Amino acid sequence: MHFADGAVPEDYLVYVRRKYFWIMGGFLLLFIMFIYSISVGAVTIPPREVLQTLMGQSVSDAWDSIIWNIRLPQALAAIVAGAGLSVAGVVMQSILRNPLGSPFTLGISNAGAFGAAFSVIVLGTGKMQSSVANAVIINNPYLTTMVAFIFCLLATGVILLISRIRGSSPEVMVLAGVSLSSLFTAGTMFLQYFADDTQLAAVVFWTFGDVGRVKNWMELGIMTGVVLLSVIFFIANRWNYNAIDAGDETAKSLGVNVEKIRLIGMIIAALVSAVIVSFLGVIGFVGLICPHMVRRIIGDDQRFLIPGSTLLGAILLLVSDTAARLIVSPYVLPVSILTAFMGAPTFIYLLIRGYKR
Amino acid sequence: MILSVDELQFLYRNRKILHEIAFSIDEGEVVAILGPNGVGKTTLLKCLNRILNPRGGTVHIDGENLSDLGTMEIARLIGYVPQRVETGRLTAFDAVLLGRRPHIKWDIAEKDLKIVDSVFKLLSMENLRLSYIDEMSGGELQKVAIARSLVQEPKVLLLDEPTSSLDLRNQVEILAVIRQIVLQHKIAAVMTMHDLNQAFRYADRFILLKGGKVHAYGGAEVITPQVIEEVYGLPVVIGEISGMRCVVPGSPVWDCKISYAASK
Repeated sequence: MHFADGAVPEDYLVYVRRKYFWIMGGFLLLFIMFIYSISVGAVTIPPREVLQTLMGQSVSDAWDSIIWNIRLPQALAAIVAGAGLSVAGVVMQSILRNPLGSPFTLGISNAGAFGAAFSVIVLGTGKMQSSVANAVIINNPYLTTMVAFIFCLLATGVILLISRIRGSSPEVMVLAGVSLSSLFTAGTMFLQYFADDTQLAAVVFWTFGDVGRVKNWMELGIMTGVVLLSVIFFIANRWNYNAIDAGDETAKSLGVNVEKIRLIGMIIAALVSAVIVSFLGVIGFVGLICPHMVRRIIGDDQRFLIPGSTLLGAILLLVSDTAARLIVSPYVLPVSILTAFMGAPTFIYLLIRGYKR
Repeated sequence: MILSVDELQFLYRNRKILHEIAFSIDEGEVVAILGPNGVGKTTLLKCLNRILNPRGGTVHIDGENLSDLGTMEIARLIGYVPQRVETGRLTAFDAVLLGRRPHIKWDIAEKDLKIVDSVFKLLSMENLRLSYIDEMSGGELQKVAIARSLVQEPKVLLLDEPTSSLDLRNQVEILAVIRQIVLQHKIAAVMTMHDLNQAFRYADRFILLKGGKVHAYGGAEVITPQVIEEVYGLPVVIGEISGMRCVVPGSPVWDCKISYAASK
């Protein structure tokens, strides 16, 4: 076949450009929120001084210490975790062809939490103390993540198996997610029951997902590395996910190896969830709501949906965490409580409005 | 010969669904696969471009054996239009652009956009370019799916009941467009169909399946009342209206037999 009489349509280019503007706007908003988040707290540091400190010009020793040791790692952790959970969610929604997919709703987060708790309590890869801020100090982040990852994979395997046998209809996936979540929550409770007082307090604090827990640049580095590489991987596969969105048969007729893309995508999404869960605990709903908010704004095209969800995930978790720090100040809430408050109504809304894609 | 199939066989859980399938098609031809429900029409179509993997036999496109080719290479030779088109919050242009997937390395290029634009013109649907496909009618959606398979620049087009969800006017329009494109671009089209009258009008050759085998294959001359009765299990009359061949199913006697059986 030969099609020679085409021109690049101007209206389409305008339409695409508008989507790029949304993405750019997202970056800008993220940057503003990043500076704001570092600037506010028990001690307010003006944004200009925040910028100066971040650029390496010390303004005051006290501020240096607050920014570099507390607020910057926390803000970065929120950005990385939000981005990771959201991108994992959007990819799961696509490859399972199910709008209710996300690490949390499918029970993968809870599986990871159980794995991490198991590793810390039974394998002794972490030290526990009963303080809210630092309940668990992970001595061996690699082993902890590995064990969490194994359990995340286990849950992912069950999800894939069920979707193969029964098809991945929203109902089936939600029920599978509920049962996996309660199974692994029961597992975590089992561990708690046999823990001593200190351990119990530690595990309870620890299961609240909290980005303030990362005080260690190595953990942040591992998380950032994994999230960054997976976002790149997912973006590289955007056309494959678009093809799968058009239906398995269409995807196959376009030369896409659907089974392979699905399996690898789920494994990588599980890895992202595992890393985030083992360092920060379970943070629910970010992976579910962000992709849907982005779909409303820029549609279902994965070329824009994946970067858009990554960005909005980062923004949403950063904003939530900033709010969680301010809302009952001087107390600092774990961000997972706030995301659950936002996420649950969204989830119910999705169920009511109908989840047709 | 643009497509030739030989000894094709497909098994599902060790049950023979299709066997000894053989036929060949020249460029510029539209071929209709006919037969009763569940006989394996769609399965045969899917075996041709490896959506399903046949157990045995060969499929050649333009002299190339498909089993020597990768999935992307096959996708550059064969376009496929499924029976049901999935929607989403996508513009028609983006949905059609997806058809360039087999040709894309990292991202789309200007050439891809031009080809998509050209196909929109060919199907005279420029006005739909930026419409969202989740707001489209069945006929428009079907056009989008056909456009998507055309931008693959295939040599052979496979269509699974392309008119099943369309109204009368859209049915005729879609089939006429396919007919014209096949001739103009010297490709071939294979489609599964239920409507024998439409098959008569828009297809050059006919494959009638029965019991997982090719019962009859050839031009319009192979479709006799006798063959239709053997395949579909009911008597028909073939007549001519305004120079077009028409199949009228059943006969008064047969109708009586059916209603008698139903009344018992």
